[in-house]
Amino acid sequence: MTMTTSSRHGLKVHAARFTSQTLQEAVRDAFAKLAPRAAMKNPVMFVVLVGTLVTAGLAAQALATGKPWAYAFVVSLILFATVLFANFAEAVAEARGRGQAASLRAARSQLVGRRWRNGQYEYLPAAELRPDDIVVVSAGEQIPADGEIIEGLASINEAAVTGESAPVLREAGTDRSGVIAGTTVLSDEIKVRVTAQPGASFLDRMIALVEGAQRQKTPNELALTVMLAALTLVFLIVVVTLPPMANFAGVSIDVVVLIALLVCLIPTTIGGLLPAIGIAGMNRALEANVIAKSGKAVELAGDIDTLLLDKTGTITLGDRRATEFVAVGGARVPDLRIAALLASLADPTPEGKSIVALAQAQGAVAEDTAGSTFVPFSAETRMSGVDLADGRRVRKGARSSIAAWAQSRGTPLPGDLDAAVDRIARGGATPLVVATETRVLGVIALADIVKHGVRERFARLRAMGVRTVMITGDNPLTAAAIAAEAGVDDFLAEAKPEDKLARIRSEQAQGRLVAMVGDGTNDAPALAQADIGLAMNSGTQAAKEAGNMVDLDSDPTKLLSVVEIGKQLLITRGALTTFSLANDVSKYFAIIPAIFVAAIPGMAALDLMRLSGPVNAVLAALIFNALIIPALIPLALRGVSFRPGSAEALLRRNLLVFGVGGVLLPFVAIKLIDLLLAALFGAR
Amino acid sequence: MGEILLILLLAVALAWPLGRYLAAVLKGTASRADAVFLPLESVIYGLLRVDPQRGMTWRGYASAFLASNLLLGVFAWLVFSFQDHLPLNPDGVPGMRWDLALHTAISFLTNTNQQHYSGQAQLSYFSQTVGIVSLQVLTPMMGLGLAAAVLRGLFGGRDAATAKEGQARDLGNYWVDVTRLSLRVFLPLSLLVALALTSQGVPSTFAGAQTVQTVDASSGVTEQTIPVGPVASMIATKQLGTNGGGWYGPNSAVPLENPTPLSNALQILCIVVLPIAVVFMLSPFTGRRRLTALVFGVMGTLSLISLAVSVYAEQQPNAAVAGLAAAGPNLEGKELRFGAESSALWAAVTTQTSNGSVDTMHDSLNPLAGTVTLVNMLINAIWGGIGCGLVGHLVFLLLSIFIAGLMIGRTPEVFGRKLETQEVRLLSFLIVLQSLTILGFTALALAIPDVAGTSNPGLHGIAQVFYEYTSAYANNGSGFEGLGDGTYWWNLSASAVLLLGRYPCLLIPLMVAGSLAQKRQAPETAGTLDIESVTFGATMIAVIVLITVLSYLPALVLGTVGEQLMQAG
Repeated sequence: MTMTTSSRHGLKVHAARFTSQTLQEAVRDAFAKLAPRAAMKNPVMFVVLVGTLVTAGLAAQALATGKPWAYAFVVSLILFATVLFANFAEAVAEARGRGQAASLRAARSQLVGRRWRNGQYEYLPAAELRPDDIVVVSAGEQIPADGEIIEGLASINEAAVTGESAPVLREAGTDRSGVIAGTTVLSDEIKVRVTAQPGASFLDRMIALVEGAQRQKTPNELALTVMLAALTLVFLIVVVTLPPMANFAGVSIDVVVLIALLVCLIPTTIGGLLPAIGIAGMNRALEANVIAKSGKAVELAGDIDTLLLDKTGTITLGDRRATEFVAVGGARVPDLRIAALLASLADPTPEGKSIVALAQAQGAVAEDTAGSTFVPFSAETRMSGVDLADGRRVRKGARSSIAAWAQSRGTPLPGDLDAAVDRIARGGATPLVVATETRVLGVIALADIVKHGVRERFARLRAMGVRTVMITGDNPLTAAAIAAEAGVDDFLAEAKPEDKLARIRSEQAQGRLVAMVGDGTNDAPALAQADIGLAMNSGTQAAKEAGNMVDLDSDPTKLLSVVEIGKQLLITRGALTTFSLANDVSKYFAIIPAIFVAAIPGMAALDLMRLSGPVNAVLAALIFNALIIPALIPLALRGVSFRPGSAEALLRRNLLVFGVGGVLLPFVAIKLIDLLLAALFGAR
Repeated sequence: MGEILLILLLAVALAWPLGRYLAAVLKGTASRADAVFLPLESVIYGLLRVDPQRGMTWRGYASAFLASNLLLGVFAWLVFSFQDHLPLNPDGVPGMRWDLALHTAISFLTNTNQQHYSGQAQLSYFSQTVGIVSLQVLTPMMGLGLAAAVLRGLFGGRDAATAKEGQARDLGNYWVDVTRLSLRVFLPLSLLVALALTSQGVPSTFAGAQTVQTVDASSGVTEQTIPVGPVASMIATKQLGTNGGGWYGPNSAVPLENPTPLSNALQILCIVVLPIAVVFMLSPFTGRRRLTALVFGVMGTLSLISLAVSVYAEQQPNAAVAGLAAAGPNLEGKELRFGAESSALWAAVTTQTSNGSVDTMHDSLNPLAGTVTLVNMLINAIWGGIGCGLVGHLVFLLLSIFIAGLMIGRTPEVFGRKLETQEVRLLSFLIVLQSLTILGFTALALAIPDVAGTSNPGLHGIAQVFYEYTSAYANNGSGFEGLGDGTYWWNLSASAVLLLGRYPCLLIPLMVAGSLAQKRQAPETAGTLDIESVTFGATMIAVIVLITVLSYLPALVLGTVGEQLMQAG
């Protein structure tokens, strides 16, 4: 069996194939899971195991007393195979996860840290590092423990964890200060404060997770297990009460046949595949390079009603570019250009750089800026700029912040400022007002570029009933224009960090489940409050701790895949449950006539499949029942294909395929198996 | 056929306004009738020491229901046991044996009206009117009150707008629901129907049995004693309240209970009108516009299929005469004045509605029609008993939502509230309880035929026993008859089944509703399962049929289905 994955990234190397070794492992595990303690966990398959033992006992007893024993023996073998197939399904899913874990563990082995204490280095094994230790990592070295950069910046190769070989930049004091054990520093030197206990690092947790060590049944899985157990009980009652009724009509039923009937009726197909489906769901998330901290989180993702998305980097390309200078209040455009250039020279943001580039391209030349102080952007002032050596100050920022700044120093606002701002904003660009302390000079248009394909993705989400809300610091006009272009359902303009939290709370108060993406430390409360908090791997440790999922690719649109994986997980369970129950109809029509036809000839009318004989009928039903489990393993691991669409369309499709198909398929399959049995062993 | 359609159309036409009226009564909407009923009701609340303004949680509602039932049950048992010491006993009927009195009390308390006695010979007028009729009035209204409480819970309770998440909700006041429903709905309707039946010749007197000379003395019998009494009022409550327990042993087959074609049609109408009205109550009561359409669609489809099969089956000749030249429809066990078609209609609706009154002997139905009556009772949610039928239907609705919810990739939600392990466990328990009770008792009775006293060998004997317990668990009350059922075994085992079929089946859904009520409610989106759609309706029918077929196919095959196959073969 060869599995391929759609992931473009490095993890597919670990996940992709079943080597003969992993298959051997899975087979070995399938037997190991026969141990009573492991078997008890799955009530449906436990009943089959008991049935195996009873029929084996009957065969042995018959053999000892010289009676025909072959039938009981064959039934026992088929039941045993059924149990093994179910165990194998779970073992295969686990083996895939273990393959991923093994390569992760390789990344962790032999890490050595250089601890910085009292001005001295000290080399010691990673396992001895404790939180709040400071380690120094230079180019070419591996980071020994999860932590946060407290000094310096570095480009880091995270391929060992993410599979992505392009280096990423990590820098102290930013929202991209988190580093992961096992990744390699490519350039520069950083000081890292360790944040994880030994054995509890991100990698450790990831390994534990994929190995299934922490796997607990998720809420929906638990509910389904309860229902399957109840159905098993019902069928046990049906089978146990059958002999007294049949006796009254003068029919005695062989215990072997009764056990065969029981096993055919109880939902072994879904019961056998249920654990594998859950593990496969986690694996699929991992293949998408998303680490969910619990299976529950993956499942919950399918229920999301509202997605909160940051505009920048998610909906639009991260970099806005300056496209136009608009002078206001009689100021000259060249003066505006120069001021904008001065205010942006030391601005490290892409926007700042694009302003410099545009101004220079239009012929502006910067004067000497020696002795001036750059004023960085802050979320509170929402302005940046420069204080020149001669005392002049230049600021650029949102209209409201500049207006407040200007008014606080008595600078009048030009009458045509608002018209210019509005025009730019309505076009979907961000107006950035430039002012000196004496005069408001004009507006820079920063154009936002909506990412390719997001509109289609939001349309898909809408079809699934998920509302998207764009969060942006932009003014309402700009936000509305971009929202319309990107096709989001709602937006939150001029948002401050605390507004996200408030929005999440208000959505939740209306009963909605909310997902959000975040990377900054100030996102942490919102990530924790959201039902699904997807933290970017590039983000701060605080953000990663607060969220319940981490995206190793740091791709905010990944949330969409996560929602689909969650839905697919539930759909696969539901579809196979329906299939399993629908199968029972045909099995009844195989076994009931086989039981009664000798005593009550009229029962032959129920034998719709015209099977070759009672013995073959029972065996054919049992063999189908056993073989359908391995036949469905690929589907369980891959998940039922999910096409976004309305709930009704989904239900109709799955009902037809798995419900109606589940009734019809076994009629054909059992008939074919019966033909084969009749050809091989004769009609019995 | 035209007659059948006319009755069904009339029933739906009457049920529609009646359903709106039921909703208004349950919601306590002000009306002109308040002038008459409010003073009466406040007297009753005063006597019961109930504050009609106070809401109850599911626990409170359940406790009140159980307490009132215990009290009424003991009262009824005492009345039946000691009727020889009580007034209104002109024919000197003796007291019932304790086990028969117990079975009778439980049977009427559970709105079942399974009768292991013949009323005309074994009950006094006091027992019939005070014991039987009062239970026939109250128990269906209790069932409807419970259904209303369950519905309130599914929509977050009466205090949904103000209560906090996790807080037990107000599911209504049991005493107020039952009092208002009885006074404003059931009694006025019963009065009308009783008068109509009296006009058709159903006895309505407190005089004792009449002794008359026979017209034709050549048979050797010259004198006949005809038991009479206040029959009409009982027949009205029996049919309106999905009760089914008649004055006379052979129930509505007796001319004194059912004298004319018009009375027959009127009784069929009464059997179905309130159960259907409950469905029409759904939308106005819950405010969910298309809920009635869903439930009516599912119930109506199943009802029509079951009806068509039943009528078709009885058009076929009885197997004993099938080969003869003029075989004709199956007339064995039927009143010739009603004929095969109308009797088949009655057999179908009386089992669909958990009524259980009969105008034909189900024992003598062709096996296919017998299968229909059994399947109707096993489902017990095609209309079903007043209130309890709807509650049973809601259980299927929730189970269907669970399966369908998974298939669309969302945690299943009932009107926006998540269906989780706790609720699924309770619902699963009900499914197990039904098969354990019906199949367990059937197997037990068949395993010990000497103790149980079965009367037929072979498949028909199995069918009789299976029918008896199915009817008891469904709280239907009809009998396959032919079973010597006045024994300790039948009285006591059937009593147990009756209790299991009533109280867990009403209270567990109430628990589920109480638990759902206090959950956070999610708004509906395009990703929400649209339950009021054809697709979901089909899912529900599939779930209902599948659960029933899978659980009971072997028992049916060993009974009526097997008989049918043997006759065919």
